[in-house]
Amino acid sequence: MVKVTLQEVTKRFGKTTAVNRISVEIEKGEFIVLLGPSGCGKTTLLRCISGLEKVTEGRILFNEGDVTNLPPKDRNISMVFQNYAVWPHLKVKDNIGFPLKIKKKPTQEIETKVKWASEMLGITELLDRYPHQLSGGQRQRVAVARAIVMEPEVLLMDEPLSNLDALLRVKMRSEIKKLQESLKVTTIYVTHDQVEAMTMGDRIAVLKDGKLQQIGGSNEIYHKPTNLFVAGFIGSPQMNFINVEVKEEENILIVATSGLEIPLPPAIPIKKSEYILGIRPEDIHIKELPNSTRVTGEIYFVEALRSDTVLHVNTDFGKLVVKIPGDFDAKEGENISLYIDNSKIHLFEKESELSIL
Amino acid sequence: MDKEKIKSLLTFLIAGMISLWFLTPIIFITLSAFATSKDYYNPNYIIPRHYTFSHFYKLFFTLSAGHATLISLSVAALTILLSFLLGVPAGYALSRYKFKGKNTLKLTVLSTRMFPLMILAIPLLIIFMQIGISDTLWGIVLAHTTMVLPFVILITSSIFAGVDIAFEEAALIFGLSRSKAFFKITLPLALPGLAASAIFAFIMSWNEVFVASILTLQNRTLPAQILSTAMDSPDYYKFTAGFIMAVPALVFIFFARRYLVSLWGISLK
Repeated sequence: MVKVTLQEVTKRFGKTTAVNRISVEIEKGEFIVLLGPSGCGKTTLLRCISGLEKVTEGRILFNEGDVTNLPPKDRNISMVFQNYAVWPHLKVKDNIGFPLKIKKKPTQEIETKVKWASEMLGITELLDRYPHQLSGGQRQRVAVARAIVMEPEVLLMDEPLSNLDALLRVKMRSEIKKLQESLKVTTIYVTHDQVEAMTMGDRIAVLKDGKLQQIGGSNEIYHKPTNLFVAGFIGSPQMNFINVEVKEEENILIVATSGLEIPLPPAIPIKKSEYILGIRPEDIHIKELPNSTRVTGEIYFVEALRSDTVLHVNTDFGKLVVKIPGDFDAKEGENISLYIDNSKIHLFEKESELSIL
Repeated sequence: MDKEKIKSLLTFLIAGMISLWFLTPIIFITLSAFATSKDYYNPNYIIPRHYTFSHFYKLFFTLSAGHATLISLSVAALTILLSFLLGVPAGYALSRYKFKGKNTLKLTVLSTRMFPLMILAIPLLIIFMQIGISDTLWGIVLAHTTMVLPFVILITSSIFAGVDIAFEEAALIFGLSRSKAFFKITLPLALPGLAASAIFAFIMSWNEVFVASILTLQNRTLPAQILSTAMDSPDYYKFTAGFIMAVPALVFIFFARRYLVSLWGISLK
């Protein structure tokens, strides 16, 4: 177990900057998720930590040791690749035992460790097979077993679940998380899937265009996004965004646009007048509740998922997406009254896109 | 149902005709190679009645095709060795690294094939005489390596491109240096393709006759030796010589056809 420290890590490919001055401290035994859309630099950052890419600027420390210029093999890390990279010319047991064999461990120890790792992943009966005789899910288990067999100081995972089907993905999600908890290995996990990030990560680092947008627990990322991008990227359906003005009426600040006026809590630093109001679909209700704002609109599309219902509603100030729990009988074209929970609104500066509420 | 039958019959007929088209010369070469001279010249039989090994015996020992075969095999083997020593690293570099002028380099490698070997043969002979390696094994090996190298470079580069780079990166992560990762992971995975291109190089060298004829007098390769001896002999010797030339290539292709197909990126599976 080591603490991983990234100091102003920057990676450039020619003129494009893939990773831009990222500084993060990852605690011993922490499970951290690098989350972002494709092309945000999350995989490049992971490859920098692994040593497969050389950083252009900045430093990477494992505990107090500087590993910035060490080749991958000297970092005591392991990695699970997106396409598994299980070597096709080696049997499963040789694949798993490979890292130990390279370190010239005694045969007895290799066998014990391979057995241990394959038991952890439930693949003991596959040890004598070749990778092409395995299903995708089994191959992925072999890749994970190979990654933990040497008991690495840092475990890196590059979208390990993205090639699995939906059911298996949900299953492996909890298994990998449980495995990590029992091994207590510092883990860095790259994904573009916010559900994976929210369910697995102790902390989530959201990246965009090579820059760190926000880092924090799922609670913080979800409820206190620092900017418009994080607010829009996390949560499904996406947060509603409405262009608003902030006005002062009778000593109370309110956000306003046509057909909508919401009072703001006191002591909000307001400088300019143009803002973007954010409200999550589940914070708009169909029943009146205290401290809420009523808006009306016409239902234009209904997504009946049965566990919950998503309504798309046209209002005077634009489209609102509303998520209500359970079955809800609504007809398209009907008028509906909605209640926005005033305590749950977010406010972003239009220019800087930074959150002020 | 009748339609199906007619269709399969037609397929069979067409396939049969195509096979016959290619097989007939080989069959006649084989028959004539073993025919006694009497039967060969007898106009009453198309297919000879009596067979003998005596043409082979004479070709191999009297006309020193045996010695030439050994030279041909050595030339082919050394050509493979040299062209792989130079070509495999080049192919690997072309497939794995990005560098300036990569495409130009690829084109340049290919453009060496623009000059027919016949044009190169005479200047080569003069240069080889000046540095004293004319009429030697190494002279032909060098010429054949020049001929084969562009193919080896381009084919191996596409073979390495077909080996997922993640396999290599996994090896780097799990404890190997770059060179060890190449030898322990990439090379075994590329082996079928490399074997196929070795066979390709072998056949190119084995069949090459023009440069070998010009560059050598005493140490002739098999095709060059046959050209200068068997072609001046009675007809059945020509067939025997043709048979000797064709068999190794056929045997190789028979065993390597699976790999040969993989060479062009198609899989039989």
